[in-house]
Amino acid sequence: MSTTSVDAHGHSNNHAGHGYGDNDQLYVHFHRDDYGSKFGMWLFLFTEVLLFGGLFVLYYGYRIAYPQDYHHAAMELNIVMGAVNTLVLLTSSLTMVLSIVALRRENIKASLLYLFITFGFGATFCVNKYFEWSAKIHHGIYPGSLELQESRPAGEVVFFGLYYLMTGLHTFHVIVGMVVMVFCYIFIKTGTINSDKYIVLENAGLYWHLVDLIWIFLFPLFYLLH
Amino acid sequence: MSGHNEHTSVDQHDHVPSYGKNVMIWLVLVALTALTVTVASVNLGDYTFFFAMLIASVKAMLVINIFMHIKYDDLLMKGILVACGFIFMVIFVIYSFDLFNTYTG
Repeated sequence: MSTTSVDAHGHSNNHAGHGYGDNDQLYVHFHRDDYGSKFGMWLFLFTEVLLFGGLFVLYYGYRIAYPQDYHHAAMELNIVMGAVNTLVLLTSSLTMVLSIVALRRENIKASLLYLFITFGFGATFCVNKYFEWSAKIHHGIYPGSLELQESRPAGEVVFFGLYYLMTGLHTFHVIVGMVVMVFCYIFIKTGTINSDKYIVLENAGLYWHLVDLIWIFLFPLFYLLH
Repeated sequence: MSGHNEHTSVDQHDHVPSYGKNVMIWLVLVALTALTVTVASVNLGDYTFFFAMLIASVKAMLVINIFMHIKYDDLLMKGILVACGFIFMVIFVIYSFDLFNTYTG
């Protein structure tokens, strides 16, 4: 694994596998590779797409096997809740972008404010999800429930199983994104992330947009297709 | 890699994204959400799934291109994205044939 660093004068220094000698110490300290950082983030995002992609394919497979059951089950989901959560996530994606724009324009206060709003939208999403799940569980619809086992056809059991698995995994990603935002907020405050070194916030943004992206597909597949 | 470094930093300094454009894209995304909810209430039969996925794909393209600004990234990033998308499509299509053969054939 070779690492490349560019020092303040734009000179490139290549540390190719060998141990760092005394002369290299200075460059290790200044080591920075924004391109590599972003590229690594994208590679990670692809593994996320694979994770959800597999589940989408599973959803699609059972949809073809049980088209009628899917239609009936989807009718029970609350479109308004789903649509509100879609708007919440779309808007949070916008405020995330605006936070990066503000930071790059050296408007630290606005950047922090936008990041805080983004965090708020993430929390709103989770609260909506809590009420949505609570209502379903109240009606006896949850994985392994008596209602599903005894009075529902196989297709509906699969549909709700996938609903809980996929929206649950997605909401977990929302929570992880919010934790990352807390760190970004602190780093912007301390100046570790600034108008020159904003790659960490940018990568956090990429992650957040992926979460939005997955919801863009989850929403029509579970709530709208009935 | 140093070439990429310099290239990217030049690009980024050339393109400082504006507030306005991102707000416009957000408005389009909201409009498309309204459209997809409206279309869902109309019975289009077999096309319902197709339209829902079409609108979702357009929204996804907007988010990837503008919010994740792949549009302003270099060819390597774009290339990897397209390659991954293509491989996923191949798996999906092959799997679809198998499914249709099993359940509808």
